[in-house]
Amino acid sequence: MNLRDYCLFLLVMAGVTYLLRAVPFVLLKGKIKSRFWRSFLAYVPYTVLAAMTVPAILYSTNSMLSGACALVAAVIASLLGRGLVGVAVVACVTVLGVDGIMLLL
Amino acid sequence: MKFSKGVQDGLPIGLGYFAVSFSFGIAGSRFLSWPLVTFISMTNLTSAGQFAGLQIMADAAGTFIEMAIATFFINLRYSLMAISLSQKVAPNFGTFKRLLLATGITDEIYALAVSQPEPVTARYFAGLMVLPYIGWSSGTLCGAVCGEILPALVTNALGVALYGMFVAIVVPQMKAHRPTLIAVLIAIACSFAFKFVPALSGVTVGFAIIICALVASLIGAAFFPVKDENEECEQSKEGA
Repeated sequence: MNLRDYCLFLLVMAGVTYLLRAVPFVLLKGKIKSRFWRSFLAYVPYTVLAAMTVPAILYSTNSMLSGACALVAAVIASLLGRGLVGVAVVACVTVLGVDGIMLLL
Repeated sequence: MKFSKGVQDGLPIGLGYFAVSFSFGIAGSRFLSWPLVTFISMTNLTSAGQFAGLQIMADAAGTFIEMAIATFFINLRYSLMAISLSQKVAPNFGTFKRLLLATGITDEIYALAVSQPEPVTARYFAGLMVLPYIGWSSGTLCGAVCGEILPALVTNALGVALYGMFVAIVVPQMKAHRPTLIAVLIAIACSFAFKFVPALSGVTVGFAIIICALVASLIGAAFFPVKDENEECEQSKEGA
């Protein structure tokens, strides 16, 4: 790919992403009065992250087994009160372990 | 809500981002030089969006229109988050500050910001995005420069860090708040449907995520409206 195409692609990607964030953020100054829409917005972060994670995590590693193990291990670590980094590390180590063992078998 | 408190709270996200963007750097280095790969991360600060964008760039048949549409749908969730965050910011978080800091609205920074008990100030939010931004950019740089050396076993394991962080944000809330548990399970069921129901398999990943989140959040809002626990007293006097 030449530099000109790269720059145009980057401009489109970065421009669209920035506008998606900035426009609603700047336009909404007051509080939303509707309890329904406030509830809706309270659920959004969790439903978005859940939909992004499952089932994608199962396909992000060498095998579905290691992905599934990582998910289970992460959920358990989180239930046990581990923070962001702790849970991420547990997930990484699980994948490394399971995929490592499968390579050896 | 001080700047330094934000920097401190942003540290785990920054570390997680370093690991995740490391794998982005590796993926990008296959057909772009390291400064070009790093610059994508510095200007976008998105995970799924950048990975999709990279695929479109790598595709010889990829067009600018395709890039615009894919980016739009995959990142449309940031608009929802921006709307949600706008309900949570302090009154003096003005237009100029919002234009400057809007780039910081990512899944994790947003989730951490809205989970704060107090209104989010511009200082705190700026502090919150410092280390994630540095982590995301430098992780990409390191991945692009030296990622080729690491075996796939290690890079695959690092790639899962992103999902681990998502789990760490969602699970505590599911545990604490039963309706969130139900909404999340609906989102997951919906997400599985897009993956395995043949009629839905043509829907792009970004669009599928949006539909899942919309459906689950709408059901949650309709059946389990949340209490005004985060509403400050200054609003309650006016009446809803």
